[in-house]
Amino acid sequence: MTDIDLRGVSRWYGNVVAVNDISMTIGPGVTGLLGPNGAGKTTILNMMAGFLMPSRGQITVAGQSTWRNPGLFRQVGVVPERDSVYAFLTGAEFVGISARLHGLADAGAAAQRAIDLVEMSDAQDRRISTYSKGMRQRIKVAAALVHDPEVLLLDEPFNGMDPRQRLHMMDLLHAQGGRGRVIVFSSHILEEVERLSGVIQVIVGGRLAASGDFRAIRRLMTNRPHVFLVHSSDDRALGAALIGRPAVSAVELTAHGLQVRASDYGTFTREVAGLSRDHGIRLRQVLPADESLESVFTYLLAS
Amino acid sequence: MGNTAMDKKMTGQPLPGLLNGDIIRLTLRAAMGRRRALLFALPAIILIGLSALLKAKANSPVWPPEVLGSVGYLILALTALIVGGSVLGAEIDDGSILHLLATPVSRRSVILSKYLVAVALTIAFAAVPEYIAGAIATGASSGLAVGLFVGALAGAVIYNALFLMLTAVFSPAQALAFGLLYVLLWEGLLASLVPGVGLLSAGHYSLAVANSIAHNAALHADLNVGTGIGMGLVVTVASLAFASVTLSGFNVAGDVT
Repeated sequence: MTDIDLRGVSRWYGNVVAVNDISMTIGPGVTGLLGPNGAGKTTILNMMAGFLMPSRGQITVAGQSTWRNPGLFRQVGVVPERDSVYAFLTGAEFVGISARLHGLADAGAAAQRAIDLVEMSDAQDRRISTYSKGMRQRIKVAAALVHDPEVLLLDEPFNGMDPRQRLHMMDLLHAQGGRGRVIVFSSHILEEVERLSGVIQVIVGGRLAASGDFRAIRRLMTNRPHVFLVHSSDDRALGAALIGRPAVSAVELTAHGLQVRASDYGTFTREVAGLSRDHGIRLRQVLPADESLESVFTYLLAS
Repeated sequence: MGNTAMDKKMTGQPLPGLLNGDIIRLTLRAAMGRRRALLFALPAIILIGLSALLKAKANSPVWPPEVLGSVGYLILALTALIVGGSVLGAEIDDGSILHLLATPVSRRSVILSKYLVAVALTIAFAAVPEYIAGAIATGASSGLAVGLFVGALAGAVIYNALFLMLTAVFSPAQALAFGLLYVLLWEGLLASLVPGVGLLSAGHYSLAVANSIAHNAALHADLNVGTGIGMGLVVTVASLAFASVTLSGFNVAGDVT
């Protein structure tokens, strides 16, 4: 099996611990490394790719150590985060070189297949310097897929993509994952992974904060306590009505409206409209106050 | 994408071969495409211009070995330093090296391919101009012109190995700083003041080779040609081997994300 296996992996830079004692096994299918910026996702991916030596612990792909093992790239493809490609090359040249550097027998055909797969054939003869960020991402993916790898590692692959490109890339990753490939991508945007099924590994502060099926984690995220700012035609009356509901744990009347702490995100958002209607109150605004990713991840880390 | 992937790659060996044509072409295009390429040519033009000027103003046998031996070989060293930074350092700086390293090409092959390009560029932008300047000064077939040219060829071989190794071991900016210190302080200053320092100077190896043909005391070659070639070989081979080993343990720059 071409599993990716991390055993007690840590990485530090001087006194800064970037990755702290992570163990996990990633099998076939699509797996997302999710976490805020600076969480250690890139460090983990770099170690998986053999671009970084773990300070402690061991990483293997298909049972082989990734460190100092270039032969492993016969079955591993990497899409780095940094937008640094040989911009003076055309897309076709770039993917073609990647095919030849992988020692493929029919490099030209493999390159064309990969370019078609990411739908870049129309722009393949233009220089990469003329590409948009989304196009660069796609040509990088083509170069990484050109040898049909068992394992594909992508660092923030959806960066700079418009929604349609993002959807297409997700379909592509799903298709690859569905064929038994091990696909690992990182993202700091919850919405990006929302459309991707499969397994999620949540990384916060260099640690594995949550791990498992995407839906379970999503539920964990939506069921956490939320703070909403609510404004209505009669805040005081609405506040009195809300505090009687089990989904609401605290209500505060402020100069700008009600600050409502909901213990159950889903139930609160479903109930608030009906409740105000029943009391003849006109609802003007329901605003989540703590939707920042950091607060979501911090919650996950604590739970 | 075929379904042959499962059986074809489970035992991953690096690609065979010492040199890789694609990396050579890519490196050459990248190096010549950058504005830096203009930097390569500038010192060479200055050297040739200076020789032409001196020839016109002071047609004497005194200045050619002095100027071409010191200024010419300083330009040789600095060109190798800039070229070395260009063939490897720029890619490490902008991260595009990862596209080369995410392939089964052996790291030795990456280093040797880039080294070949660096030597060729240094010959084109420093050794050939050195010969042209020598030819202007003392004639195309003079011992001095030919000797300095052959010495510069040796210099291109040794310096580039050394600077490529520095670039692989340190960050590109550090490598440039250490390289400059080596050329200006160690070779430029100490080697002329402290006897014995020349034994660890690529410039003196080159001068020894040059002097074996030119036989000119004004070149100030401290080493005999056997020592120069022997030490040059040791430094070249050791540097390239160390660079290859270092690149196979390449740690991508550590931004904590």
